[in-house]
Parts: sequence; structure tokens; C-alpha cells
Amino acid sequence: MLSQQEILMIIEGLRDTLIIVGFSTFFGYLLGLPLGIVLAVTDKEGIRPSPAVYKVLDLVTNVLRSFPFIILLVVLIPVTRAIVGKSYGTAATIVPLVVAAAPFIGRLVESSLKEVDKGVIEAAQSLGASKATIIFKVLLPEARTSLLVGVTIAFGTILGYSAMAGAVGGGGLGSIAIRYGYNRFQPQILWPSVILLILLVQLFQVLGMHLSKKLDRR
Amino acid sequence: MSDAIIEIRNLCKSYRSDKGEVSALKEVSLSIAQHDIYGIIGLSGAGKSTLVRCMNLLEKPSSGQVIVNGNDLMTLSDRDLNLQRRRIGMIFQHFNLLMQRNVLDNVAFPLEIAGLRKKEARKKAYEYLQTVGLEEKAKAYPSQLSGGQKQRVAIARVLASSPEILLCDEATSALDPQTTKSILRLLKDINERYGITIVVITHEMAVVQEICSHVAVLDHGKLVESAATEELFRAPKTAEAKRLVFSGSEHILDMTSDRVVRIQFHGGSAYEPILGNIVLETKTPINILYADTQTVNGAAEGEMLIQLPEDEEKARRIVAYFEEKGLNPREVKDHVKSAGNPDDH
Ligand SMILES: Nc1ncnc2c1ncn2[C@@H]1O[C@H](COP(=O)(O)OP(=O)(O)O)[C@@H](O)[C@H]1O
Ligand SMILES: [Mg+2]
Repeated sequence: MLSQQEILMIIEGLRDTLIIVGFSTFFGYLLGLPLGIVLAVTDKEGIRPSPAVYKVLDLVTNVLRSFPFIILLVVLIPVTRAIVGKSYGTAATIVPLVVAAAPFIGRLVESSLKEVDKGVIEAAQSLGASKATIIFKVLLPEARTSLLVGVTIAFGTILGYSAMAGAVGGGGLGSIAIRYGYNRFQPQILWPSVILLILLVQLFQVLGMHLSKKLDRR
Repeated sequence: MSDAIIEIRNLCKSYRSDKGEVSALKEVSLSIAQHDIYGIIGLSGAGKSTLVRCMNLLEKPSSGQVIVNGNDLMTLSDRDLNLQRRRIGMIFQHFNLLMQRNVLDNVAFPLEIAGLRKKEARKKAYEYLQTVGLEEKAKAYPSQLSGGQKQRVAIARVLASSPEILLCDEATSALDPQTTKSILRLLKDINERYGITIVVITHEMAVVQEICSHVAVLDHGKLVESAATEELFRAPKTAEAKRLVFSGSEHILDMTSDRVVRIQFHGGSAYEPILGNIVLETKTPINILYADTQTVNGAAEGEMLIQLPEDEEKARRIVAYFEEKGLNPREVKDHVKSAGNPDDH
């Protein structure tokens, strides 16, 4: 069985994972939400088409998204060090996760906003709504269920990435699983960590779906 | 025309697609008088929606002028255009309500745009809901409403921005005839009560006959005819207008090779006693193949296709009777030909 110390370590890992994933999701949205809005708005079907802006952001987003995360982790080490002072540990894991998550979240937001009925947007335009009003009072609220589903997808994805970050000295359950399960071959620690990770993703998925259904008035 | 609230001059609109350019509007000019209910009819694809969407610049014309309330819309800045749009309401075939806002907040939306606080906006919105008779649905969401109720909410929402003009793009086309009637009544009421000029786009002739005082016919992007509604339905001049006004009889005619006459009602003549009398007089049941008789601004208008009996003598008497009542009976052999020459005595 697990010693008390090991149990404590797993609980701490869980806490660190929640902190890492929570902050990464938050900062990911801080960057990704505006990115997604600008992508949706400047698209040729958007409320303020701008091919130049769209093309540039589209390219940057695609490049960042196709960057293998594990490489991104290494490439970003100097940046991480500049921001948080060191390149390992809980806080240091958040930086590459945000960089990886933001373009992904941007795409999620973009596609959610593009699902909003064109007719509803036109109705708002015909009422003389400004572009800002349309974004904040039409696009975002009308897309809220889809956006929430996006949050759960983003959360799950970031959780997966965070486990990878464990490989290069990040904190959390992923790092515990790699350190004890893989490097020292202690399956009694590996499996509880993995199961906890899976349960966490499931829990958030169920919670997110439930909330988005509850909020949906369609 | 000095009292024109909407003035369209040489409007052209073409769309670029993969298959080349589609010319949706070709040099359309028209003017709509204040307080009028103006209909624009045409077959599907004629350019009706494009035309009406140019009136609030939801669609940007390729060339020409759109002058509303004395403002050339295309010269306005974004800001000024938005201010003008608040005076030009629009309702749609599919209602286009905010699905995640309840009914009250949908109506409050234009008030929020105008800068009212949420609480104040809701209070005013409630009054507009009362105008359309839906105050008990204030807390419901659009998905819980019928089509007719949704359109009423859309109308309340548009009224909340106190427009001077209301554009209706197929606003009743998704509704059943009963509901259509009640929405049309509401529109007429709004027109009379608030003096709002209404532009009605439709492919349903009955809608135009019910509420429009003037009507324009659009065909393949061209405005081919415009007149007072009564006049256009009585004596359409162009082949395109005739086709629309007399639509519906084609397929019926295909099914019969017997002798058929078309009779026309020109206002005033009540058709029921005439038909009743003819049956009594000739002792022959008559067969109405097609009827499109409606009350246009209080007068009976329209046409009927009557199948004549085999008996030559009875047929002659029936035709003579129609003749006597001034119903202009014309024997129909070929629909297109007859629709093309309704007035040639
Ligand atoms: N966004 C568009 N892109 C390309 N063609 C269009 C577009 N909107 C309308 N059209 C074309 O313009 C013509 C007129 O369309 P529309 O105004 O919708 O007709 P109506 O409302 O009378 O049915 C049609 O041939 C249609 O295919
Ligand atoms: Mg249309």
C-alpha cells in the first residue's frame, strides 16, 4: 500500500496540477479570447472583414499550434526564465502551457463565434448596434454554450499538456507519474496519479457539459 | 416627390461568385411616400431581399443612391449610419431573435443600444410588449414561442427603437395563413397608430392585397411596374406583373380540356350572390376551378376560372350572365395567351 508520505505527495501533485491547469486555462483565455474574437470578426464573413489582419493572425495561430509541445517547452525555457525567474517547477510550467493553449483557445473561440446565426447579427446591425455592442451583447452571449464546451475541451487539453510538462521538470501529477512510475518504476504511484488525471478530465467534462446545457435557452 | 421618405436612384447591385457576376439589381429607382405601406413583389430570386437590404445598407449597393430621411446612406460614417439605422427598423422571415435572451430582454436590446440603463430599458420594453399583446411571455425564451409570437416579439423589439420606417423581408412567409393575417393586422395598426412607413417584401400576393397601398414589381433585378395596389391587381400592364397577379391558375388549366371562362371582379361586385344566382337561373351547377378573389382595401378584386357545362345552350347563358354583370368573361384556351391579353375586347 501507499505510505502516508506517498499519499501526501499525490495530493500535493493534484493540487499543483489544478493550479497549473487552472492558471494556464485562465491566462490562455486572456490571450485566446481576444485572439478568437479578432479572428471571427476580421474573417471575410465577419462583422468587420480585414483580410490582412486575418491572414497574419491565422498564420501565427497555425504555426504555434503545429509546434510540438515538447519542443515548445524547450524553446521557451529562456522566456520562462525571464518571466518567472526559473525554468522548472509549478509556476514555470504555466508559461509554455499558456503559449501552447492560447492559439488553440483562439481557434475554439473563433469557431464558437462563427456558429452564431448570421440573421441575429444582421438584426442587431439593422437596429444600429455598433461593432463592440455586437461582439459583447450578441456574439459572446449567443455563443456562450459553445464557448463553455470549448472551455472544457481547453481544460482537458491543457491537462494533457501539463502531464507532458512533467517530463521537463514541471510540477503536478504528470511529473509524479513520470518520475515515480517511469523513472523509478513504482506502479503503485503511477496508477493512482494517472487515474486521478483521467478522473479530473472526466469531472470537468461532465461539469462543463452540464453547465452549458443548463445555460442553453435554445 | 418631396414627401418621399425613401428614395432609391439607379440602384445596381451585383454579387461576385465562383461562376462570375450575378446582377441582382439593375438600375432600380423608386420612391416611397411617408406613412405608406409599400409592397415589393416578385418571384423568388427577383432581387427583393437585396433591394430591401440596400435600404438600410445591410447590403452595400454597387452603384446608385439610397436616400432615407433625406440622408444619402452611402455617404455616412459608420457612426452616423448606425444612428440612421435606429430609425429604420427591419423584421425578417426567421425572426432573428436573440436566443439566449428572454423576450423582455430581446425587446430591451435596442434600448440598451440607445444607452438606457438595463432597468429602465426593461421597463420600457414591457410597454412595447403590451403593444403587441405578449406581456405575459416577458420571461419566456424565444424557443418557447410559436412563429407568430416570435414575430410579435421582433415587432416589439423594432418598435422599441422608435423607427420611422419598418422594412419587412418576407415577414409572414414562415407563418400559417391565420397567423399571417394577425401579423398583417398588427402591421397595419402600427402604420396607422405610429405613422410608420412600412416596406413589405413578399412573394405572396395575398399579403400585398391585404395591406399595401402601393406595390412595385421586381423581375430579374429590374423594377418593371409600380402602381397603386388596386390598380395593379385590376389591370397589370407588364407581362411580369400579369404572371404574378394571375399566378396559380396554370397547373389547374393543365388538368382540363373542357371549356373554361375566366371572370374578373373589379371592386364593388360581390361575387357570392352572382354565383348563387347563376346556379338558380340556369339550374346548372357550376364548377369553380380556381378562385383568387380578395378584398383589396374594401373592394372585391380578383379572378375566377369557371368550368362551363357541356350543354352549349347553358354555357352560352352563363357567359351572357357574366357579361351582363360586367365580369368580363373570357374563354381560356391557353393560359399564357390569356394572361397576356386580359383586356382585349
Ligand atoms: N450573398 C449573395 N451572394 C451571391 N448571390 C446572391 C447573394 N444574395 C443574393 N444573391 C443572388 O441575387 C439574386 C437576388 O436574390 P434575392 O434578393 O435574395 O431575391 P429574392 O429575395 O427576390 O428571392 C439571386 O439570383 C441570388 O442568387
Ligand atoms: Mg428574399
